[in-house]
Amino acid sequence: MAHTSDHYYVPHGSHWPIVASVALFTGVIGAANWFNGHSAGQMILFLGLALVAFMMFGWFGTVINESLKGAYNEQVDRSFRQGMMWFIFSEVMFFAAFFGALFYARVLSVPWLLGGDLSTHEFLWSSFGENWPTNGPGNVGGDFESMGAWGIPAINTLLLLSSGVTITLSHWALKANDQAKTVLWLAATVALGATFLALQAYEYIHAYHELNLTLGSGIYGSTFFMLTGFHGFHVTIGTVMLIVITLRAAKGHFSPDHHFAFEGVAWYWHFVDVVWLGLFIFVYVL
Amino acid sequence: MSTATATHDDHHDHGPAKGLMRWVTTTNHKDIGTLYLLLALVNFFIGGAMAMVIRAELFQPGMQIVDPQFFNSMTTVHALVMIFGAVMPAFTGLANWLIPMMIGAPDMALPRLNNFSFWILPFAFTLLLSTFFMNGGGPAAGWTIYPPLVLQMGDGFPFMIFAIHLAGISSIMGSINVVVTILNMRAPGMTLMKMPLFVWTWLITAYLLIATMPVLAGAVTMLLTDKFAATSFFSAAGGGDPVMYQHIFWFFGHPEVYILILPAFGVVSAIVPTFARKPLFGYSSMVYATASIAFLSFIVWAHHMFTVGMPVVGELFFMYATMMIAVPTGVKVFNWVSTMWKGSMTFETPMLFAIGFIIMFTIGGFSGLMLAIAPSDFQYHDTYFVVAHFHYVLVTGAIYSIMAATYYWLPKWTGNMYDEKLGKMHFWLSTVSVNVLFFPQHFLGLAGMPRRIPDYAVQFADWNMISSIGGFVFGVSQLLFAYVVIKTIRGGEKATDQVWEGAHGLEWTLPSPPPYHTFTEAPQVK
Amino acid sequence: MRKLRKLAGLASAFLGASASTAQASYGLLNMREGVTETSQSVYDLHMTIFLVCCAIGVVVFGAMLYSIVNHRKSKGAVAAQFHESTTMEILWTIVPIVILVSMAIPATSTLLAMEDSSDADMTIKVTGIQWKWKYDYVDGDGAGVSILSSLHPKLNEARQLGANADLSQFDDHYLLDVDNPLVIPTGKKVRFLITAADVIHSWWVPDLGWKKDAIPGFVNESWTKVDQPGVYRGQCAELCGKDHGFMPIVVIAKAPEDYAKWVAEQHGAAAAEAASADREWGKDELIAKGQQVYTTNCASCHQPTGQGLPGAFPALAGSAIATGDPAAHINTVLNGKPGTAMAAYGALLSDADIAAVISYERNSWGNDAGVVQPAAIKAAR
Ligand code: HEA
Ligand code: HEA
Ligand code: HEC
Ligand code: CUA
Ligand SMILES: [Cu+2]
Repeated sequence: MAHTSDHYYVPHGSHWPIVASVALFTGVIGAANWFNGHSAGQMILFLGLALVAFMMFGWFGTVINESLKGAYNEQVDRSFRQGMMWFIFSEVMFFAAFFGALFYARVLSVPWLLGGDLSTHEFLWSSFGENWPTNGPGNVGGDFESMGAWGIPAINTLLLLSSGVTITLSHWALKANDQAKTVLWLAATVALGATFLALQAYEYIHAYHELNLTLGSGIYGSTFFMLTGFHGFHVTIGTVMLIVITLRAAKGHFSPDHHFAFEGVAWYWHFVDVVWLGLFIFVYVL
Repeated sequence: MSTATATHDDHHDHGPAKGLMRWVTTTNHKDIGTLYLLLALVNFFIGGAMAMVIRAELFQPGMQIVDPQFFNSMTTVHALVMIFGAVMPAFTGLANWLIPMMIGAPDMALPRLNNFSFWILPFAFTLLLSTFFMNGGGPAAGWTIYPPLVLQMGDGFPFMIFAIHLAGISSIMGSINVVVTILNMRAPGMTLMKMPLFVWTWLITAYLLIATMPVLAGAVTMLLTDKFAATSFFSAAGGGDPVMYQHIFWFFGHPEVYILILPAFGVVSAIVPTFARKPLFGYSSMVYATASIAFLSFIVWAHHMFTVGMPVVGELFFMYATMMIAVPTGVKVFNWVSTMWKGSMTFETPMLFAIGFIIMFTIGGFSGLMLAIAPSDFQYHDTYFVVAHFHYVLVTGAIYSIMAATYYWLPKWTGNMYDEKLGKMHFWLSTVSVNVLFFPQHFLGLAGMPRRIPDYAVQFADWNMISSIGGFVFGVSQLLFAYVVIKTIRGGEKATDQVWEGAHGLEWTLPSPPPYHTFTEAPQVK
Repeated sequence: MRKLRKLAGLASAFLGASASTAQASYGLLNMREGVTETSQSVYDLHMTIFLVCCAIGVVVFGAMLYSIVNHRKSKGAVAAQFHESTTMEILWTIVPIVILVSMAIPATSTLLAMEDSSDADMTIKVTGIQWKWKYDYVDGDGAGVSILSSLHPKLNEARQLGANADLSQFDDHYLLDVDNPLVIPTGKKVRFLITAADVIHSWWVPDLGWKKDAIPGFVNESWTKVDQPGVYRGQCAELCGKDHGFMPIVVIAKAPEDYAKWVAEQHGAAAAEAASADREWGKDELIAKGQQVYTTNCASCHQPTGQGLPGAFPALAGSAIATGDPAAHINTVLNGKPGTAMAAYGALLSDADIAAVISYERNSWGNDAGVVQPAAIKAAR
């Protein structure tokens, strides 16, 4: 690695942000048209996503090159770390909205419909008598079975918890400058993440085909799929990021005292892990 | 924050690139600040033009100009454009221009991300405004887009939702940049408790944004799936509740209104000491008050929902918590007055706007306090009394502070003095007309006129006509503002570096206009 | 300087204007005192807080104005350099807290009283529907009475005329009159159960002193006790779509004797209505009645021309449903289309009304698809 600059690096004139904006714009136009039932929508959406991917390669590629050139001093590194932490905080709040919906439904709206709010129950939903899990007094989506906690979800919990361990082992190895072990443990983490995703996909198929549990299964189905779905989406992103840093670690991009990308991904992975614990407790067990 | 210098990786270290691409690809905090401010000005006129449609329709009873559905979308989009397109970008523009110069940093911490945050916005507003040309028209369920009403919207619905998502992404990234810049980029010696209050208020604002924008994103995502993916978050038949949306929305929405006012507090706290030629009274209590307001803003949201039929303990809790906000806000007002007390005051345009802010924001705060009283709110809620309240805090609050800031820092940005005579004229025209515009709306609300209606009973006619006249005059006065700003950008009497006799702070040690890159060598703050 | 005085003058004129209405019992400047105990205590609370705010305003703005007038550079003022005082800071934290606590006490007791709807003498269920109100008398001597209350046809006509309408003929009732008002007895505690069929509405009569949201799928409770016979007007107070501004409420409070008379009339009319469903109707009779029902209930969405509004409300002129199999047409009107603005009119209109409106739709705007008899509706329910 080149020697580190003692200046705060201020990049100039990047065209990646405008590419990114156009990519997002294209993507959402596609998605919106698709939702409205226009056949071109999907195509436009994919075009947007392709642009996003192109942009990510370009933008992150530039950043990686600059990093390897030694353009980033310690202060820049600190900016990245702090930026990543605040980004993760924003993600926490995004999940908070859906957890909020879950708690609201379980603690307030469903009990009200059940009779906690007397006149609501008596005048509108007098035949409703089913507590959580429920698809509501309208039996929306038809009868369904809820997802048990102690099958796949429990296994998934173990998988994610162990992936938290493996990534830490990898970090220790990196700090000890042991590249082989760093890569090995990272690869193990990727494998655990991928297995998690595969099991999750299986669980969804099971839910749709055998339990009649769908996004349309009232409030239970809504909260179940939104929470686990967004979580799964984050695991996917996390896994992709892990793959990237595995490759970079294999190329020797990281040094024991300079590896923001590794740490950023590790924090993100831990965040995904913690969200899962919340999910496991509040969506599956309780 | 120990680094002494910064590097720039291009060859024209001393100036910007030429042509349009300079603005598209720029990573310079001053350029990006300028872009934000221009976008805000454009959106202020777009949102203002919609307000003019509202006031024209309400000029007399009877339906005259637009049909009811279009009227509702004017109200809705007026508010969305003003809040997300005018006030927030204007404050972000000020943050971009000023924070690095105030804390002695070479630029924002993450310059490319900074450019991205800005350039998402024009696309977001294109999406939002494009809905007017779609089947079913623009959003018409109020800026709060409550379900189930909003789910009845036509083809524009997903476009509106995505516009909000994009604007939210922009705000979150912009705020991350602000927080990191403030925490990581201060010049040596610039301890937290030495930072100008504008920097402090923005630090806390950015925190509020990072904490609440994702919640809004979650809420509108649930709207999207309720419409297109058969979920039942906001439908009782499936076990959800329309009111649940309101709780989630206002968990964002109430902090949002403080997002719209905290930077204004920072601006006023910079201007008043300058023109009183006296240090700010109670600096540290200002910091603590700002933090308390931010904290309280998270636990008062349901004061927008007193009439939804909450359990009575909930109503009591939210009433008490809301009333508490008057205390830290009062501390601020008292501190400003004490700063003026025994000063040596002059009244240039920025000071006039700052004083106008303090008086009229306080009036808006008083009506806010009245709204906080739950039993009275059963009468006030969803009437023009509420409309009067929030325009006092938003127009004569947030917008006034932005005007004050523009007059105050424009000479620094452009190197030219603005035309003081025109500036004063702008202030007086605005201040008289804005009160004619919004004060009578208190009377209308109390007398029983609901908000969001295109037509009203004849007994409300007089005050509505007066209000509309005030509105037209206020609108035209803003053309004067645009004229003054453009004139100053294009030339004028040269400003000194210090600009204002009583000004203190790092930005005033720089030349006017400051060079493209400033503080590449960090200053030493004693 | 002169300008500042003017500003001060203006501000005090505004304050004065609002304060002087403190005494006025009725007017277009201040809140109505209303006709119930609740509205009176809300009014008192409102005035107390308003005056406290004015007093604080006088102190704060007074100090500021004094400073602006006297501590100006042009008068040779030299800036002092003090910039903190812990005593002052503590003082102006404590004093507002004390003021707030003293406001919170009466506010709490008023709130608790307002939320206590127990021991009511009778119950009325209020349902908000785009854009009308339905009142069902749940118990008491009115039990079984059901009223559908919409903007008065005359007003509905006037508001469609746009700038050509002559509004002066309506006095103070433009937009505030309905075809079928709600009637309640005086001196009785009436409990309201408030809900909605489609979107959120809010039931508000200022003279009663409160408003309450009508949430689809949930029931909110509130109550009132009116002592003065009279006519009290209000409006829907939650944005509920296109015609939110045209959804008035009229409550007539009648002395118990008059109320009993009115209830008897209602029961009579309901019986006649039910009987009419059992006979065979003539085509012209159906279409004539249907036009009336259409104008009050359907025209706001599907438009008087039957053309609807593209993107929001479908056209009925030439529509497959309105010209095809009558069963589908009946089904749409009886049961609505869940998840859209099309409400289930089976719960709102009588068999005869529904038969009439369907017949009207099938024979207007170029449609020619035969009539439907009330008996068919009865059978389809
Ligand atoms: C910049 C934006 C802003 C700000 C700063 C505020 C500030 C406050 N607001 Fe406002 N508010 C809005 C923007 C804002 N609001 C908007 C946009 C809406 C409507 C949204 C919608 O429905 O569309 C709204 C609506 C709204 C409601 C809901 C009304 C309803 O719909 O029924 C309420 C109710 O409690 C409320 C209360 C308050 C209070 C208590 C404050 C306090 O922060 C005010 C504190 C300030 C003071 C009190 C003055 C100074 C203090 C002193 C001089 C000290 C001494 C004073 C006393 C002890 C009294 N606001
Ligand atoms: C920062 C926020 C902000 C700002 C700056 C404003 C500014 C203004 N607002 Fe707005 N307003 C809101 C936020 C804001 N508002 C919100 C949140 C709502 C609630 C929405 C809802 O219910 O969902 C609302 C609702 C609202 C209503 C109630 C509508 C209803 O309930 O149906 C009205 C009515 O008078 C109104 C008027 C105005 C006016 C006259 C201005 C003026 O200050 C605007 C002045 C600016 C200009 C006029 C632009 C400049 C001039 C020109 C374009 C030149 C042309 C001029 C002429 C032709 C005269 N606003
Ligand atoms: C609040 C608005 C509203 C009102 C009032 C209303 N409708 Fe509708 N109506 C709709 C909407 C929206 C649809 C389309 C539903 C859908 O998406 O399938 C509809 C559909 C219909 C259809 C089916 C048309 C077709 O071709 O699909 C008929 C028939 C109809 N309405 C009759 C009536 C009658 C009769 C009344 C009055 C008694 C009435 N409507 C009142 C909103 C309304
Ligand atoms: Cu019903 Cu507004
Ligand atoms: Cu609020």
